[in-house]
Amino acid sequence: MRKRNSGKDRLITVALHVALAAGLFFAAFPIYWMLSSSFKSNTEIFALPPTILPKAFTLEAYAAILGDPVKLRFFFNSYFVAGAVTVLTVLIALLAAYGFSRFNFRGKGSLNTLIISTQTIPPITLLIPFFGLVVSYGIFDTYVALILTYLVFTLPYAILLMTGYLNTLPRDLDEAVAVDGGSSWTALWRVIVPISLPGIVATSVYTFLLCWNEFLFALTLTKSTSMRTVPIGIQLLMGQHAFEWNQMMAMSVLGSLPLLLIYLVAQRYFLAGMTAGSVK
Amino acid sequence: MTRQKRSHHKLKRAVAPYLYLSPSLLIIGLLMLLPMATVIAYSFQNSAVLRRDPSFAGLKHYQAIFDDPVFWASLWHTLYFTCMSVVFHMTIGMVFALMLNSDRINPRLRNVLRVLYILPWLFTAVIIAVIWRLLLEPNGVVNSILMQIGIIGSKVEWFSSPQTALHAVTFANIWAGYPLFMVSLLAGLQGIPKDFYEAADIDGAKAYQKLIFITIPQLMPIIISISLLDFIWTMQVFPLIWITTGGGPIYSTEVLSTYTYKLAFSSYNLSQASASAVVILLISLGLTLFYIRYQKAR
Repeated sequence: MRKRNSGKDRLITVALHVALAAGLFFAAFPIYWMLSSSFKSNTEIFALPPTILPKAFTLEAYAAILGDPVKLRFFFNSYFVAGAVTVLTVLIALLAAYGFSRFNFRGKGSLNTLIISTQTIPPITLLIPFFGLVVSYGIFDTYVALILTYLVFTLPYAILLMTGYLNTLPRDLDEAVAVDGGSSWTALWRVIVPISLPGIVATSVYTFLLCWNEFLFALTLTKSTSMRTVPIGIQLLMGQHAFEWNQMMAMSVLGSLPLLLIYLVAQRYFLAGMTAGSVK
Repeated sequence: MTRQKRSHHKLKRAVAPYLYLSPSLLIIGLLMLLPMATVIAYSFQNSAVLRRDPSFAGLKHYQAIFDDPVFWASLWHTLYFTCMSVVFHMTIGMVFALMLNSDRINPRLRNVLRVLYILPWLFTAVIIAVIWRLLLEPNGVVNSILMQIGIIGSKVEWFSSPQTALHAVTFANIWAGYPLFMVSLLAGLQGIPKDFYEAADIDGAKAYQKLIFITIPQLMPIIISISLLDFIWTMQVFPLIWITTGGGPIYSTEVLSTYTYKLAFSSYNLSQASASAVVILLISLGLTLFYIRYQKAR
């Protein structure tokens, strides 16, 4: 056992806490700075010396964002697209995961490898053919274009996450349904889905997050201001009013809220999704 | 059950998995595999996408890319950005995980710090880019602090000077990405059996010996698979660079994805962009194969 209270030991404990404080500064200061800048006036942001706390606390940047229908539309678009993709992804992935988890079939191994490898396809590679397809099918600058293309990137993760979850559920549960003469379809909806809620929540959270963060496709496959999502909206704001830093920060805070809230409320599910790639 | 009914049931059981998988396979086939084939085809055509009847171009577009010094610069910047990011993600993630896992800190404090240390991960690349642009503005807070303590003599234009831009974006990416390692390693640390350390204590092992001979070997599988994934994902960086520097100044932060994007959507040279996209795809596939073989060997 470790000798407590010796001088050297106490020194190590103090050093550790100093290091923890330094780490905290590194991790959190940039975020604190975003938050505090969003409550400052634009002139105060570049005041010298910098003010750590807003000297004149103001909500003018938030009022400017929330009072502008163009910016509210960015938020609506982001929520709508991410929501739609999440519902579709979870439904489709649930079916695939059920197939993977509960059946043995020819080609299972190679299909599984295919899905694992599609996780790493570079988005920029698919962007050019997507652009060609979207234009030729006349869905350029529509929700459909974003929803379909996001689906391709969310699906592989969702299938792997859901399969992992279903594999943890005992098989006797759905086999009992089969003994009673029920089909696998009945077993899925009557037995599996109700007890899979934690897995479904984790998958939904991660899918939502992927969509909410997406930038490249939203940038290229939409054009009109009314179709833009939040990340593109922030970029536009930067181009138009390069010096309205407080508004950019306020928009960034508002754009991060959904993820922060999900993280605080459902930390466990959140981390389950984020680390899914590594802990298979 | 009659025999007929039983064989009917068996047939259903054999077809069922394919039915459950069909929506996913349809989407992956039509929207992933087909486009991949399309982009390869584009790379061998003249005026791909723009003309209805493009002519065959052979390897012309690949030749053009390999002759372009900006392509090689982008490849080099991508490698620098990616290697530095992965190495520092791993180091910082490891240090933070070990600190948080120490029994010298109060469990309450540990939980609070864990939440705060994960924070950078919760922000979208675009927002990370905007935050760092504000911090690293010539008149911004970083310059102001560094000048106060005398590290720099005059204001540095971090993102707009060719000497510092690549380091600045790499730093921003290091800040944004270490929590993946931290969280995974923290989970890994908690999975190491306590008796390993107790046995080492009995043998009188020092703290650093326990780190080198127990902790790191036990975490190796996690370190390797996260490093590979991080490498593959970091290589695909786009929004962070697009918003902070746009690949400039004078191509000093151009990476493969911004290079390809500009070819396609600024110069509208979609054929050459496709060739570049295929090169990126091949690099990614090579690494992915390596990753899958590693996962299977585990």
